[in-house]
Amino acid sequence: MSQAQFDALIDADERIEPDDWMPDDYRKTLVRQIAQHAHSEIIGMQPEGEWIARAPSLHRKAILTAKVQDEAGHGMYLYGAAESLGVDRAELLDRLHNKTQKYSSIFNYATPEWADVGAIGWLVDGAAIANQVPLCRCSYGPYGRAMVRICKEESFHQRQGYQIMLTLSEGTPEQKAMAQRALDRWWWPSIMMFGPPDTESPNTARSMAWGIKRYTNDELRQQFVAATVPQVELLGLTVPDPDLVWNEERGQYDFSEPDWAEFATMVKGEGEIPNLRISTRRNAHTEGEWVREAAVAYAEKQQQRERVA
Amino acid sequence: MSDAWPLWEVFVRARRGLSHTHVGSVHAADGETALQAARDLFTRRQEGVSLWVVPSAEIVASDPSAEAELFEPAADKAYRFPTSYELPADVDHM
Repeated sequence: MSQAQFDALIDADERIEPDDWMPDDYRKTLVRQIAQHAHSEIIGMQPEGEWIARAPSLHRKAILTAKVQDEAGHGMYLYGAAESLGVDRAELLDRLHNKTQKYSSIFNYATPEWADVGAIGWLVDGAAIANQVPLCRCSYGPYGRAMVRICKEESFHQRQGYQIMLTLSEGTPEQKAMAQRALDRWWWPSIMMFGPPDTESPNTARSMAWGIKRYTNDELRQQFVAATVPQVELLGLTVPDPDLVWNEERGQYDFSEPDWAEFATMVKGEGEIPNLRISTRRNAHTEGEWVREAAVAYAEKQQQRERVA
Repeated sequence: MSDAWPLWEVFVRARRGLSHTHVGSVHAADGETALQAARDLFTRRQEGVSLWVVPSAEIVASDPSAEAELFEPAADKAYRFPTSYELPADVDHM
């Protein structure tokens, strides 16, 4: 295959598959994006994992355990997709551990209250879904297929989160106040999950031309706000943005500019929480070393026995 | 890690009566643990009733650059398809 054949496939909205020829930059962009996505899934297990033992009922524990297990699985699907581009999974994990590749800065926020678990499922997973649904049509086949599986599973995540918020909102005044505090904490970080404004996002045009990205950051952000505001109203809670207002003329919501300076700080990944995320992840990896080695030793011994027999 | 744990391709039979279909891959030390990993990763929601794992290195694949010579000739052979035969309306359901 050649550049011309690659271009023709992209123009026809066909998929690129692992063994196809592709431009180096297309491959590099995908490796970076898919790796960052995979890292986000497995780091994302931590803020919610902290709440499994403290969830208010056995039912909620079971739900949260299932969700955290799903996040691990999503990481595995995505590492698999990245590996189909010729990179090694161990190397990607090394790069997460030594901070040369990033994960989503949304996981650098703290989860001090139970309602945060609800807000994460509803808003963070909701924003992730808004991002991921168009990625199901990504021009790179294995990434798109991984996204299809992920989106199917992610829907339960958002619904269970909203249901936690609904239960708290219909509960005691204290419970409702806790739900509002969680909304206050997670609203802006979720809005910023879509990335910098289009004017500050230099790679968007190229990613769209390659069919990796289907909508711009601002388009997706707008879509998310439109879908989420009525859900806030149904909870009887208030969006922490005094300038949020329906614009009849545009048929869209107007809202304030997020605090992009805070976003830049969170993306840098410095400070107590980011350090904790990485050290927790690194320790889990190091503590599992003997299991990985033992499994290999066992497999080799079995093979030798088979050969002798 | 993945140097030591080879890659396995995973196939799931969604239900009896259907073929196994490729769903993805896992790293595992041997076939048995590959099956366990595949079970945990791909069938947590009743996605299947049977699993295959195959060492990825054992897959023999056609060359993507040979796609045209291998598969395009079929496009000239419309007579292989039932739709290229126009029949009277009375036997149209044939």
